Amino acid sequence: MPRDAAKTTGNPSAGGAEGFRPGERQPASTDLALQEEMLDPPAPSPWVSAFRSLLRDRAAVCAAAVLMIIIGASVLAPAYARFVAGVDPFSSNLEGEILLNGESVPVLQPSTEGLGLGVIPIGPTWQVNGYFLGADEQGRDVMARLLYGGRATLLIGGLATALTLTLAAAIGITAGFFGGWIDQVLSRILDILWAFPIYLLAISLSIVLLTARIEIGPFVIDSGSLVIPIAIIGIIYVPYVARPIRGQVLALRRSEFVMAAIGLGVPSHRILLRDILPNVVTTLIVFVPLMMALNISTETALSFLSLGVQSPGASWGTIIRDGQSLLYSRPWVSTAPGLVIIVTIVALNILGDGVRDAFDSRSKLRP
Amino acid sequence: MLTILLQRLAQMAFVMFGISVMVFLIFFATPGSDPAARIAGKNAAPETLAAVRHDFGLDQSLPVQYAVMMKKLFVTGDLVSFVNRGLKVVPAIVEATPVTLSLVFGAALLWVAGGLAIGIAAAAFRGRLIDRLLMILSLTGVAIPVFWLGEMTNLLSQNRLHDTLFFSWVPALGYVPFAEDPLGWFKALLLPWFTLALGFIGLYGRVLRASIVEIYQEDFIRTARAKGLSESRILLRHALRMSLVPFVTMFGLDFGALVGGGALMTEVVFGLNGVGKLTYDSLQSLDLPVIMASVLYASFFVVVANALVDIAYLMLDPRIRSN
Repeated sequence: MPRDAAKTTGNPSAGGAEGFRPGERQPASTDLALQEEMLDPPAPSPWVSAFRSLLRDRAAVCAAAVLMIIIGASVLAPAYARFVAGVDPFSSNLEGEILLNGESVPVLQPSTEGLGLGVIPIGPTWQVNGYFLGADEQGRDVMARLLYGGRATLLIGGLATALTLTLAAAIGITAGFFGGWIDQVLSRILDILWAFPIYLLAISLSIVLLTARIEIGPFVIDSGSLVIPIAIIGIIYVPYVARPIRGQVLALRRSEFVMAAIGLGVPSHRILLRDILPNVVTTLIVFVPLMMALNISTETALSFLSLGVQSPGASWGTIIRDGQSLLYSRPWVSTAPGLVIIVTIVALNILGDGVRDAFDSRSKLRP
Repeated sequence: MLTILLQRLAQMAFVMFGISVMVFLIFFATPGSDPAARIAGKNAAPETLAAVRHDFGLDQSLPVQYAVMMKKLFVTGDLVSFVNRGLKVVPAIVEATPVTLSLVFGAALLWVAGGLAIGIAAAAFRGRLIDRLLMILSLTGVAIPVFWLGEMTNLLSQNRLHDTLFFSWVPALGYVPFAEDPLGWFKALLLPWFTLALGFIGLYGRVLRASIVEIYQEDFIRTARAKGLSESRILLRHALRMSLVPFVTMFGLDFGALVGGGALMTEVVFGLNGVGKLTYDSLQSLDLPVIMASVLYASFFVVVANALVDIAYLMLDPRIRSN
């Protein structure tokens, strides 16, 4: 397929002999004890050296720090809602009033524009003790919802990434290692999934799954459960990762140390576990931040179309949607989550570049 | 060469068949998705449900239903909406197509020009401040959600700054057919074009820069330098030319994906009645035939675009051709 083809032509060595990679087992374990006195101290393990070079990458460290702050703030969302702002971000607050500059102000004010029908929620107070970013149409604190939304968005992004990588590793390794008809079947399935327009696939699955209550054996998934967006987003990106992994495993399968192991009669499961998997793991690590970024943008887009996190739950995408009808009167409701999304995705990409440089220095992967 | 072409066509046919089966199964055979219940409404009496089932042919076996659906979609073209029984699905899609094409074509022109400019400039100044700034800007462009950017554009151009010099020309949201009023068409689409293109400009700029920088390490660049060619000639004639292969591949795929539904967000935010908006609207009323038809058409478009890219690739790259 074209993207793979682009990679191979761009880098003809990708399919050829494998050099030393972090995490790779050396085929022959020579006894170095005798020579140790004459040699330099042993080189640090590939993991350690990769982490060291990542720590030297200032941009990546800054990006990681920014992500930590965002994750921390999301984790502390309940604390903010209960102790600082004193609001419930999930139930509507149509009659509430708050103290502002010593005056009591209703959270939802009657609209003065047009026919005077409807209400306008309170705008940003810029005070942390309540309605910092104002309220949405149901009088819910947007700042608290933004923090809770971060929880949902990051949780979905993270778990979907874990799902994608697990499935992709399983499929890619099986197809690449066993070859034959197994490879044919798996590759054709990936072809179909790959050709499917991502958003339309996600939309189709969401429509069907979100409105239904699914019972699979003893498990019941209620409509509106976070499991559904996680599963959908996790599945649609599997081909993106499974294809490069299959290619890598195909190359490893032909490498000398695997051939040697096969020749020695080492059982397949042992070769997979000891020789193939450690190599694939570094590839997977390189994919983590980039898939996170991709998943977060997909989740926010689906939630914006009301196909992800369901009301009254919050995610960054749903808040932008909630703010759509208030766009001209209370623009901050939509603006704030968008800014947070941009910062998160930029940070994930910078971290991703750093991780790729550290773990895959010859830059064989360009996800 | 011919065998590869035929193989590619066979693969394309297989993928299309697979997609159509998958779409059909998603909508008609997923546990919990009972189309009859959707049509009859909530808490419908069992007799109503049975009547609806019979009426819409949902009581037949799945393969029969699949065949009937495909026949209505591709042979007779008379599939009707479940929600609005007067609405024929295929003509509705045909009607919406020019809107989507206008949007995507304009945006494509912008992002190719912008991507080339950014990629070449960053590669020319690689390692310097301009390069770093351009790359940070491109990354930000990639990170901005397109639906949010559209909302912000609307906020400024329709509301906050509408009365200023910059945006007083902006018409109300919606599409104006080119045949009716070319200038109005241009005005209505200019901001959507930029909104849709921004992320791609960033992405293409980054990819182009990376591949130019990689090609700078190849031997033929050193040879060109040794011949005494000027730096700009090396960049434009040698490095850029080689870098265009992945650029063109990406363009084909992204263009296909956008026509095939990827422009949905932009169409929704700017109120353009394209195929994406049609899908979105039928989504709100859970109108399965419309959703299914537009998803299928879109996927087929993507599959054809992918195949064309592959074939173009075959023609362009002698290494693949001889293999």
